[in-house]
Amino acid sequence: MHNRQTSIAVQTPVAGVDLASAGKDALFSGLLAVGLFLPLIGFKTVTNIRNELILETRFGLLAIFIAVMVAASLVNSFVIAPWRARRAVRERAPASRLAGVLSKYFAPFALGFVLIYPALVFGLVGSTGATKWIDNFGIQILIYVMLGFGLNIVVGLAGLLDLGYVAFYAVGAYSYALLAQTFGLSFFALLPVAGILAAFWGMMLGFPVLRLRGDYLAIVTLAFGEIIRLVLINWVPVTNGYAGISGVPRPSFFGIPFNASDDGFAATFGLPFSPIYRTIFLYYLILALVLLTAFVTLRLRRLPIGRAWEALREDEIACRSLGINTTTTKLTAFATGALFGGFAGSFFAARQGFISPESFTFMESATVLAIVVLGGMGSTMGVAIAAVIMIGGTEILRDLDFLKDIFGPDFDPTQYRMLLFGLAMVLIMVWKPRGLVATRAPSAFLRERKAIGRDLVKEGHG
Amino acid sequence: MNAPLLRVEHLSMRFGGLVAVNDLSFTAEANSITALIGPNGAGKTTVFNCITGFYKPTTGRLGLVHGDAAMWDDLETITRRGTRSLRRPGGILYLLERMPDYLVARHARVARTFQNIRLFPGLTVLENLLVAQHNPLNRASGYALLGVLGIGGYRKAERAAIEKACYWLEAVDLMSRADDPAGELPYGAQRRLEIARAMCTDPVLLCLDEPAAGLNPHEKADLNELILTVRDKHATAVLLIEHDMAVVMEISDHIIVLDYGLKIADGAPEDVRNDAKVIAAYLGVAEQEVERVQAEVAG
Ligand SMILES: Nc1ncnc2c1ncn2[C@@H]1O[C@H](COP(=O)(O)OP(=O)(O)OP(=O)(O)O)[C@@H](O)[C@H]1O
Ligand SMILES: [Mg+2]
Repeated sequence: MHNRQTSIAVQTPVAGVDLASAGKDALFSGLLAVGLFLPLIGFKTVTNIRNELILETRFGLLAIFIAVMVAASLVNSFVIAPWRARRAVRERAPASRLAGVLSKYFAPFALGFVLIYPALVFGLVGSTGATKWIDNFGIQILIYVMLGFGLNIVVGLAGLLDLGYVAFYAVGAYSYALLAQTFGLSFFALLPVAGILAAFWGMMLGFPVLRLRGDYLAIVTLAFGEIIRLVLINWVPVTNGYAGISGVPRPSFFGIPFNASDDGFAATFGLPFSPIYRTIFLYYLILALVLLTAFVTLRLRRLPIGRAWEALREDEIACRSLGINTTTTKLTAFATGALFGGFAGSFFAARQGFISPESFTFMESATVLAIVVLGGMGSTMGVAIAAVIMIGGTEILRDLDFLKDIFGPDFDPTQYRMLLFGLAMVLIMVWKPRGLVATRAPSAFLRERKAIGRDLVKEGHG
Repeated sequence: MNAPLLRVEHLSMRFGGLVAVNDLSFTAEANSITALIGPNGAGKTTVFNCITGFYKPTTGRLGLVHGDAAMWDDLETITRRGTRSLRRPGGILYLLERMPDYLVARHARVARTFQNIRLFPGLTVLENLLVAQHNPLNRASGYALLGVLGIGGYRKAERAAIEKACYWLEAVDLMSRADDPAGELPYGAQRRLEIARAMCTDPVLLCLDEPAAGLNPHEKADLNELILTVRDKHATAVLLIEHDMAVVMEISDHIIVLDYGLKIADGAPEDVRNDAKVIAAYLGVAEQEVERVQAEVAG
């Protein structure tokens, strides 16, 4: 039914919807609904007082169901099918000039925006509201951008479906928290240490799963994430179990702490004390880390190792026939991805000042994976945009009070947060099934850098 | 007569109860084209998989020499010693059955194509050829450590790699498609690209698994040219599996015929062509009946 609809609409792409066939489809849907719902909805058995079974009819409800089915069929014929046909035509046409210009200026514009973002927020909402916007939105989103970049290497480039990525985030966070508390070292000294420890655990995960692909790989990595979390919960002498670690040292401004004391940041620079300085500092710190990881990722993609990751995703056997050691190639992908996760984790610990196993559940892995898939697997810019939408979206949905204006004061918006979020995800994936950036940019070219449609590119199925 | 490059001795490969290759011995010479033919299921691809390290043979020895033919004298020494390779000033001797697949390609320099084409469909044609040069390029980029920092001679190495890729694109007539995804190429072009990709690894032995399958007569003629170029201009020996007798008889220097895993003939094309056993195997009849069947077909 669907296919025929589309092909008819393709022949008459613009306004022409074949009325007869639309009517036939609607009729067919209606009949189907009658056949399906008459026994399910139309009749109902109840037990009366004398414990006898009585058949009741619910033809009103049945009529509603049938009406909905017919309406859905008509909507499909008159709205969705023509839209799909138009889109199919448009996708076959070469990309418009406008899109080219947009994509050319988008990256510099985005970079400029994130650089002046704190000042912008400050100017718009003043210093009290700014903390929320910089912290909950800016910093939170950037942490996930970084996690997305890391997982993108494993899933998007190397094609290894990893569902336990949160493990490396946790390793980074706990490494920083424990080492900083035990040895009193600074954030900048411990950042590489935490990253390397996470990378080490990335390799540890890599070894046993070298031979696994696809679903099997996903299950084992999922288990790995859970094991790390369970160790954090149960190794109480070191990790303090569920209670977590509090009082994690906060990063200082090159040795000057952000506090109200006389040698604190505010006093040193002759400013009135405010917690906003620390927030702004943290914002630029994570921004610098994100830019660093983006730079490294983009560089790696154009180096032999990045190309080998992508080749591995495309065809592992062909890789081996060309003399590529797929073992080390996979391990470097796991290690590099974990390294970025470790950086993000230690920043997270330093920003929160408190960590517990609660922060490292499977939900985090799923969110990061959703960011990578939504962004368009393998695309750095796509992952960044997807993180803004996903994390920014959930944060905005946190204060949904404006929905009360629409649905009336009885409406409790917080109950619908995840529902709306899920709906938005589904709609985006219907609109762009291959992710927001649905093309792959080649790593080298002879005459012209042509974007490659994702339908040719293999997905991260291990 | 050329020096032997590859020596297959008593190669057997069993899958459970099935003997896919049964005590096969043959020699492939340097600078020559050796064809491996036989009916479907004869075990040809299995032989390739053993040579290129994708399968570990049940029994047998697979020796390959780089350089001096005198290296063959060390065959017994290396077999007893249990190592993968033996290096002397004049050359290197490898025992392929002891090496994992990627080392057969990297060190022993045996390249291959696949019966059911295995390209990287989402990478461009050029990228496919650059992936083939991964090992030297990766070394030039300091295993990515120097490359990330932008130091070292990587840029120069990549330019050279692109030049080599261009040479092979020219050779297989794909220059105009260099920036297109490999998955979008028509079938014949994909076959040629796979050969070009294998050649970008600078092999001493190129194993082609049914390269003419699915090609039209014009493309087949070009393929013959290409294979002869590989042998004559690049000093690369070719091991060729092919069902198309026009291709096999025209370019092969030497033909080995397999049937049910057993070698039934081994010799120059004209000898093999008239061998009664070979004809019988291809017609699927007993040797004694060949003449009768041929007469029937002709009549
Ligand atoms: N991995 C394997 N596991 C089990 N049996 C196998 C395997 N590979 C090959 N075989 C069997 O070994 C026999 C030889 O197969 P092979 O693919 O080598 O034949 P071939 O000569 O290449 O045939 P074709 O001309 O059809 O490509 C076949 O019976 C095949 O089913
Ligand atoms: Mg075969």
